[in-house]
Amino acid sequence: MNNIRVLMFGWELPPENSGGLGVACLGLSRKLNENGVDIKFVVPRKKESMRRSCFKLLSASVNYNFEEIEFESPMTPYITAEKYESVLKREESDIYGENLFEEVARYRECAKKLAKYEKFDVIHAHDWLSFGAGVEAKKITEKPLVAHVHATEFDRGGGVNIDERVYKREREGMEAADKVIAVSHYTKGIVVEKYGIPEDKVEVAHNGVDLSEKPVGKELLESLKKAGKKIVLFVGRITLQKGPDYFLEAAREVINCSDDIIFVVAGSGDMDRQIMRQAAELGITDRVLFPGFIRGDELHGLYKAADLFVMPSVSEPFGLTPLESLVNGTPVLVSKQSGVSEVLTHALKVDFWDTRDMANKILTFLNHRPLVDCLTEKGRQEVDQITWDPAANKCLEIYKSLTN
Amino acid sequence: MPSTCFYFQVHQPFRVKKYQYFDIGEDHNYFNEKGENNLNNERIMKKVARKSYLPTNKLLLKLLKKYPEFKITFSFSGVALEQMELYSPETLKSFQKLVDTGKVEVLAETYYHSLAFLYSKEEFEKQVKLHEEKIKELFDYEPKIFRCTELFYSNELAQKVDQMGYDGILAEGADKVLGWRSPNFLYRPLGSDIDLFLKNYKLSDDIAFRFSAKHWKEHPLTAPKFAQWVSAINGAGEVINLFMDYETFGEHQWKSTGIFDFLEALPAEILKHPDNDFLTLSEASDRYSSVAELDVPYFTSWADKERDLSAWMGNPMQRDLLSKVYDLEEDVLKTDDEELIEKWRRLQTSDHFYYISTKGLEDGTVHNYFSPYESPYEAFISYANALNDFQLEVKKITKK
Repeated sequence: MNNIRVLMFGWELPPENSGGLGVACLGLSRKLNENGVDIKFVVPRKKESMRRSCFKLLSASVNYNFEEIEFESPMTPYITAEKYESVLKREESDIYGENLFEEVARYRECAKKLAKYEKFDVIHAHDWLSFGAGVEAKKITEKPLVAHVHATEFDRGGGVNIDERVYKREREGMEAADKVIAVSHYTKGIVVEKYGIPEDKVEVAHNGVDLSEKPVGKELLESLKKAGKKIVLFVGRITLQKGPDYFLEAAREVINCSDDIIFVVAGSGDMDRQIMRQAAELGITDRVLFPGFIRGDELHGLYKAADLFVMPSVSEPFGLTPLESLVNGTPVLVSKQSGVSEVLTHALKVDFWDTRDMANKILTFLNHRPLVDCLTEKGRQEVDQITWDPAANKCLEIYKSLTN
Repeated sequence: MPSTCFYFQVHQPFRVKKYQYFDIGEDHNYFNEKGENNLNNERIMKKVARKSYLPTNKLLLKLLKKYPEFKITFSFSGVALEQMELYSPETLKSFQKLVDTGKVEVLAETYYHSLAFLYSKEEFEKQVKLHEEKIKELFDYEPKIFRCTELFYSNELAQKVDQMGYDGILAEGADKVLGWRSPNFLYRPLGSDIDLFLKNYKLSDDIAFRFSAKHWKEHPLTAPKFAQWVSAINGAGEVINLFMDYETFGEHQWKSTGIFDFLEALPAEILKHPDNDFLTLSEASDRYSSVAELDVPYFTSWADKERDLSAWMGNPMQRDLLSKVYDLEEDVLKTDDEELIEKWRRLQTSDHFYYISTKGLEDGTVHNYFSPYESPYEAFISYANALNDFQLEVKKITKK
């Protein structure tokens, strides 16, 4: 049997990613590739404005072992969207933005052209940014479309600010798709309930974690550790969705009870200022560190330094960071409103809004060595089992059923 | 021959409510959950009474009256009896009626369904004594045979029980203990002179665990089929020890599985074969002699595949809390404060530690089924914080 050929539409790939989507796309594509799927991964890039690291990125892309197709000229609306450009300048890495509609439309147009001359059996589009491209490609070629939902507008807006324009594009993509893949049962619930997609059209494929690259990175915050301080870590975009405000609320309750615990909020986003102000208002600025956006070895070093990692997300379709933390040997406390809580047994869990319970668990955890030891050891073992194999197998199964 | 010996365990722990770090020093009640959840002890007792104890008792009373040969054995934990008195007196009454038939044996055990034997022999003896008094009070009955929490067993325990004057003791008929031997005879514990009753785990678990398992090749299990398996032992065994949780009937196996119909039909089916009968454990002890001495140097239990203590002491969290709770013994007893001592003993119930088990997937699902907490970590957090509060309470009083 010939290899299945997949035309995949994404939005970003590491190392130039700004979030989990790129990491997930890479992990899944690699595993599919290993399983004999031919992948052409389409990723929009704006070369001339890229930072110098983009050269590293291009050479690295050869190692992905699957074909990458870049769009260059058509995807330059970053420049025309003035407002977006200024945001981009301030936050180089953040490519999630509200003024992307034009880019999305152009991506869609390009997909039309591309679909005409590329040969493939299935179209697989990741998230709403590329759903349009997927839908166009399907229209032109009549090949089946898989819409992969990594996040919905209901997650990004923290359940409050729903952008109708995004919602519409998401729903169109899911409706046009022959199969929808959700990254968790939690997300499947949203897809069915909020987007009206029939339950039997939605499959769940949990993300994995790629352990082929063992994390390096020296433990950070040495002086604090030497002084006997315990470190509780948050890593993520500073946005409503990620719940940094709940993290600080819990921090305040913890600080009221204990003198030797330090909180670290690593990341950046549109709530940066609000969060710092909140820390000041709570009177805990001396106990909270804001190192900004951190990636790579430095991030791994931070995970290693932490005693406990907390993901207090308001709505998290999956949530890669707890797995990264576990890979670095640091136990996790995750919000129940997340996909990753479905695959982790050896983790502390809490409702994101219940900051009292969050503080309760942080304090109890840091006061009981046997609890730390169990969560560390079992968590480490568990994350080793969370691979990309099940997700790749699920995709393969879906491809086969759609092409037969 | 052979004689079928039914023994049912009746037990409900005082579950620890969701107890937070912030409650330490503030709230000294650990067992008084009132919400609509599975940590509410009153709610659970009433539910289990309705689904299991009351209907099964009614059925057994009928069967005991109908078949003169039908006999059964029960063991009640003290904390279960206490909760019946508190939350469901009619359940206690229906058990008393069963015992009043004179065809029901009641076993001895530790009042608090504890692991005390492993940590303090003195505390163990006290709890057995307390239990004896409770049984005397409620059933006007003096137990002759001992069963330890979760069928814990070892040579050492048997010797202790022998010294305490009991005629027999129960254990799991685990393969690692028996080897090529059959569980369907009486044995003699190494170094003592009492009878050892071994659970036939295959036939017991056919009812307790597999009865409604659709993937099981014997499903559905009928009374004639089961009676046939019992009769097949004729000539190759003297006792068939069917030991199980009493909640099997109606709670673990729901009414809709047909478990009550099965139980109702079983005595007649078994008695169809003229060589078969039913005995209480004491009657079996009188009629049969032990066939061999059995050496069990390490502890066994009736839990999980391992049939050992790992479900209660398998991880560092469990061992930490167990040693902490027993470390308090001297200080707690010194206070002479009845309420405090009772609280301490309720904290010893084995279930608290079982809920904290992190054992592997297959057994883990069994643990999850039996646990009222969302995870072993939740269980640990509530218990550890409650115990912290208790430690402070003890300190406060001993300092006075």
